[in-house]
Amino acid sequence: MRALLLRDLKLALRAGGGFGLGLAFFLIVTVMVPFSVGPGSALLSSIAPGALWLGALLACLLSLDRLLALDWEDGTLDLLATAPLPLEAVVTVKAFAHWLTTGLPLVVAAPVLGVLLNMPGQGYGPLVISLAVGTPALSVIGTFGAALTVGLKRGGLLMSLLVVPLYMPTLIFGAEVARRGADGMDATTPLLMLAGITAGTAALMPFASAAVLRVNLR
Amino acid sequence: MSLWEYANPKKFLATSERVLPAVAVLALASLLVGLVWGFFFTPDDYKQGSTVKIIYLHVPAALMAINIWLMMLVASLIWIVRRHHVSALAARAAAPIGIVMTLIALVTGAIWGQPMWGTWWAWDPRLTSFLILFLFYLGYIALWEAIENPDTAADLTGVLCLVGSVFALLSRYAVNFWNQGLHQGASLSLDKEENVADVFYFPLLVSIAGFVLLFIALLLYRTGTEIRARRIKALLARERAGA
Repeated sequence: MRALLLRDLKLALRAGGGFGLGLAFFLIVTVMVPFSVGPGSALLSSIAPGALWLGALLACLLSLDRLLALDWEDGTLDLLATAPLPLEAVVTVKAFAHWLTTGLPLVVAAPVLGVLLNMPGQGYGPLVISLAVGTPALSVIGTFGAALTVGLKRGGLLMSLLVVPLYMPTLIFGAEVARRGADGMDATTPLLMLAGITAGTAALMPFASAAVLRVNLR
Repeated sequence: MSLWEYANPKKFLATSERVLPAVAVLALASLLVGLVWGFFFTPDDYKQGSTVKIIYLHVPAALMAINIWLMMLVASLIWIVRRHHVSALAARAAAPIGIVMTLIALVTGAIWGQPMWGTWWAWDPRLTSFLILFLFYLGYIALWEAIENPDTAADLTGVLCLVGSVFALLSRYAVNFWNQGLHQGASLSLDKEENVADVFYFPLLVSIAGFVLLFIALLLYRTGTEIRARRIKALLARERAGA
């Protein structure tokens, strides 16, 4: 498992695996927000938490099609499926590697981009916490979407259509935590719900992902 | 005589061909009675005026939209557990009917909401969760269309339906948390003393029955079409292999 994790991390870092791409996309989305809604600082600061969550979610979504597709093309997945490691563990490790290379950088970058959107000072803590708690769920759910569409030639757009509805609860609670934090309200309840979603999906989704991957590898 | 006999496509087709005309006629009759009764022979509501009559389309369509997804869930489970092809094809055949029902519920709701709430759309929990349900239908249908191998497609959409059901339920309660509702509570329920007034209640029941029968008729018809399409494909393949 550790070897697989290290391999995925190395590939992401070295072989043009798009380690920085998600981050760059996040930056671009954030920069485009003021252009689309206008530069008024009051408006920007009120939509900042939601805009940052949306940007992070889209950055996650866009990096998903590389998650399994490259390994599918060169046959690595077939080898992994016949390896003694259960496929459930493989997809869990894959999701974790995806989070380390995509989700975690987003969490770190979010406060910096918050400055660009004139985020209220008290909102930074809840924003970082909500992203740190919520992005693993995005990676795990996204792995399911990637496993579902891995056999398709042009699965990218279809995968977005399949994954976005599944992202809905995570986005609702995550953005709610960030919004309440920015407004100075108590955000414990949505944070607990968000943590519940992350824990629940991390525990159960690998089984669904492995099941559809097995079908695709048949 | 067991339900599983209908896993045999031949048996299913034979029975559904016999049942279909009766169901279709019954569906048309009860839709006609329910809608005509509802539109022309019920009084206007004292607050909503004549707009109340959209209930005869809106409520049955919304009811069906949810229950068709439930039927797809059951059919997908049967496919995954027992590998009956008819079941997978029935789930496939039901999805477009479900998405149309969702659309009818959304559109009639918007038409009613404009004069009553003063807006076509509000981000109300019920409205939002229906929109999300619409997206789920869309993804499900798109996945069926995208995959060539029918068994792979059936497996993948089956799992998507199971996972989607869990997330659709989650979203249903998440949006409740996210925004306050504008939509009224349930007009009909089995466990409540007070439902909508009797003058509206009985034609509504008839049109709900009409929608259910219409769904069954369409489902039988479309499943039959799917089975025949599959059969044609198999025959063509056999011909090509023989030649």
